[in-house]
Amino acid sequence: MSERPVSLPGEPKVDLEQARAHGLAPDEYRKIEQIIGRTPTYTELGVFSVMWSEHCSYKSSRRHLRKLPSKSELVVQGPGENAGAIDVGDGWAAVFKIESHNHPSFVEPYQGAATGVGGILRDIFTMGARPVASMNSLKFGSFEHPRTRYLLGGVVGGIGGYGNCVGVPTVAGEVMFDAAYNANILVNAFCLGLVRKGEMMSAKARGPGNPVLYVGSATGRDGIHGASMASAEFDKQSEAKRPAVQVGDPFTEKLLIEACLEAGKTGAIVAIQDMGAAGLTSSSSEMASHGGLGIEIDLDKVPLREARLTPYEILLSESQERMLIVAERGREAELKTVFDKWDLHAVVIGHVTEDKRWRMRWRGQIVADIPIGALADDAPLYDRPAAEPEAQPQTKISITEKPGTAKALRALLDSPNIASKKWVYRQYDSIVQSNTVLGPGSDAAVLRIKNSRRAIALKVDSNPRACALDPYLGAVGTVCEAARNVACAGARPVGITNCLNYGNPERPEVMWQFVRGVEGLRDASIAFGAPVVSGNVSFYNETEGHPIPPTPTIAVLGVMIDVSKHVTQFFKNAGDAIAIVRTATPSLAASEYAAIFGIDGGRLGAIDLAREAALIEGLVEGAEQGLIRSAHDVAEGGLAVALAEACFNPRAILGAEVELGRAGNAAAVDFFGEGASTVVLSIAERDAARVESLFAGRGLEFAVIGRVIADPRLKISGTLDEGIAELQRIYEDAIPRRLRGSD
Amino acid sequence: MKWGVVRFPGSLDDGDALYAIAEVMGQDARILWHKDESLGGVECILLPGGFSYGDYLRTGAIARFSPIMKSVAKFAADGGLVIGICNGFQILCEAHLIPGALTRNRSLSFICERMWIRVENASTPFTRATKRGDLLRLPIKHGEGLYVAPEDELRQMEERGQVILRYVDADGRESDAANPNGSMRAIAGVANQRFNVFGLMPHPEHAVEPMLGGVDGLKIFQSIAGSAR
Repeated sequence: MSERPVSLPGEPKVDLEQARAHGLAPDEYRKIEQIIGRTPTYTELGVFSVMWSEHCSYKSSRRHLRKLPSKSELVVQGPGENAGAIDVGDGWAAVFKIESHNHPSFVEPYQGAATGVGGILRDIFTMGARPVASMNSLKFGSFEHPRTRYLLGGVVGGIGGYGNCVGVPTVAGEVMFDAAYNANILVNAFCLGLVRKGEMMSAKARGPGNPVLYVGSATGRDGIHGASMASAEFDKQSEAKRPAVQVGDPFTEKLLIEACLEAGKTGAIVAIQDMGAAGLTSSSSEMASHGGLGIEIDLDKVPLREARLTPYEILLSESQERMLIVAERGREAELKTVFDKWDLHAVVIGHVTEDKRWRMRWRGQIVADIPIGALADDAPLYDRPAAEPEAQPQTKISITEKPGTAKALRALLDSPNIASKKWVYRQYDSIVQSNTVLGPGSDAAVLRIKNSRRAIALKVDSNPRACALDPYLGAVGTVCEAARNVACAGARPVGITNCLNYGNPERPEVMWQFVRGVEGLRDASIAFGAPVVSGNVSFYNETEGHPIPPTPTIAVLGVMIDVSKHVTQFFKNAGDAIAIVRTATPSLAASEYAAIFGIDGGRLGAIDLAREAALIEGLVEGAEQGLIRSAHDVAEGGLAVALAEACFNPRAILGAEVELGRAGNAAAVDFFGEGASTVVLSIAERDAARVESLFAGRGLEFAVIGRVIADPRLKISGTLDEGIAELQRIYEDAIPRRLRGSD
Repeated sequence: MKWGVVRFPGSLDDGDALYAIAEVMGQDARILWHKDESLGGVECILLPGGFSYGDYLRTGAIARFSPIMKSVAKFAADGGLVIGICNGFQILCEAHLIPGALTRNRSLSFICERMWIRVENASTPFTRATKRGDLLRLPIKHGEGLYVAPEDELRQMEERGQVILRYVDADGRESDAANPNGSMRAIAGVANQRFNVFGLMPHPEHAVEPMLGGVDGLKIFQSIAGSAR
């Protein structure tokens, strides 16, 4: 070939030990030597270490992720680009993805969460889509754990601090507290953008000789080895990894959004990609590799925050708010004009080549020269052993103490997992851009599409307790729940994105959880005809040998033909019939009731996906025909909690009078059982028969259980009679009370 | 009426204001770029919400030095109508076009919530479509909306009727619980002495359609539209 890459004065010697320190296995190091036919330079070693990290290469997960369905008539873009896209009608495509930022958020909660939001936003607007909605899924340790308040405040502050400043509304989310996350919190960030179909941008480089532009913030030392940090377990020294956490600048991100979208309109952009994990290295190598080409970059031209950065640092920096663009040759000036307008750097730093090499120059020398495939598609691929663990969760639930029903309901409403999350979402701008029809605090968020009757509905869900009992059924149930929530709002689920959070994949039992989770996701996705168009895997969520419970986080996109037909969870009129529709019988296994009252184990009921799909169809059809006054999914806390929540109508507090369970003999499972895919409906009396045929006609269990009453009380089966105002006070105050520290 | 909505780097609710005025109300509205000095012959200038220049220093502290702000100050001195919403209010205070200052919320956190706002003076160009004592349901969303001014100045402002909007509860009463950010005298919006410059923390542009939470914000824009010179 050409000149041989040189090591620089003062750089550490490269050998097996150095490779190990970079997180590369001995076999991986030998493979590198084999691929390039020599000992790598220190810079090259650094580059391989991040590109072959689990975080960037998906080396343990890739072969399983291929099982996921990614096609439907509505898919505009499946996996393989920065995000997936679904046709939502009237010429619009919704571009969306969810991603984890777990490790950095645990080390530095504010910046970790903030840059998680920033990173997922860039994945969306690199596709040419304007980001219109964010969501997040957060898992913290138990509220009593000494670090939880600090982490909660930091993460929520970071999400708000970044999201509020870029003008993208945070419209929904979920927050859970469980001791299983004491040493490994989860921060999963979702973003969705809209783009006119046919105006989407790509990350595939084309045209040898085309210039490569660096745009956005200058490069600093922050975030070096962030991708490697996310690919290892935590230990007592993890606090020391703080410098590997990036620092966010949402103001620059906002400028970058506007400038990139405006630059896209010029037609001069061939390809564009965010410098995310592994920064300049991954963006340049992936764009070239996807286009079957090579790339050559002159690192002296990269805008730097300080002059003394080494090539190693420039290539591995994860400084935020930077993008790499391949432009059409001769049209660089058009792009520069746009970035100048927004006061952002736009510098030509290299060009696309034909020779399929990834070649980096610095001060007149070549510091890295690697076949492009070695960094991307030819990265190691593992078929890690998966084995069901010996010790099964105990399968029999024993209830030693049976708390009084009213006492249990109050305790559930007071649980931070069920209680109002207003303390959290009030810190997020949920209305900017003027599309938020239903914001946080609803089953699903609903956003109208301007100049169209259509709307989209969004929901993010997870159920780690169920996944801990059965990683397959738990994953299936999570998809069902997210899809059902979207359908409760009146939208048909059309697409899925997922963030698969698991422990160390080198343990066979974790790998087994992961594989079963992917299979559950696959089966549910097929049943609903909602393909998985994007996603992210986060392994190594464990500290000192304790993995988190398997936590597949699922976000579902739904489409509504007519936004005026959207349905909310709140009872509307006294006198309306209250009905439940469900696919199975409830159980206390993995329920919040079980967690509060110290019940372990249990077995999840089977899930009949045909019935789940039928339930969703019935809900969507009922909404489209205007037959459903309110629909609320029965989630944590079971039916009694769902009924109480449906009474908390911010416009007019109403009451409910219902009969549950076997006439006069209702048990805890009837009140607080979960997992039966149950929806609480309210229906005008005159429509009750039509709604019944909608569901009973589909073979589902449908029953009118009571009616909405003007008296603001919740009356159940003669055993419970509670004032709604008091229940709501408990529900609203549970989190603020704990934060005040007065208990 | 011809409206101009200023777009600073970091403006966020500029598009929403434009949408409310042009699409919902059908008025003539355009974006004014912060680097320009020309106001394009508009009759009302709106400084929108957002985080101009990131607001990393003090909110509005950099935006006031934008080229366009020279023209806005002159426009205001000539009696032109200027409304600043949220970050726009903060910029107007920094530019000394409105008395007082906006500091961090009492809770030290960002608050996004619909509030009840009472009209204290309905005889201004910004509130003439309302009546004194009217309650408006408008959202706030800010981290720095705690209004402060020296006591004697506040007293004079109250006497002159410059306090235009106040946070109250659903029954129209002032209370500590109904004051979301700890503003002095629960102040949500104030005008200058000539009543041609108005700043408010609540967002009328986010209350212009029934489907998105009500239409009370229209009353502010209708007042202005009816005040064309």
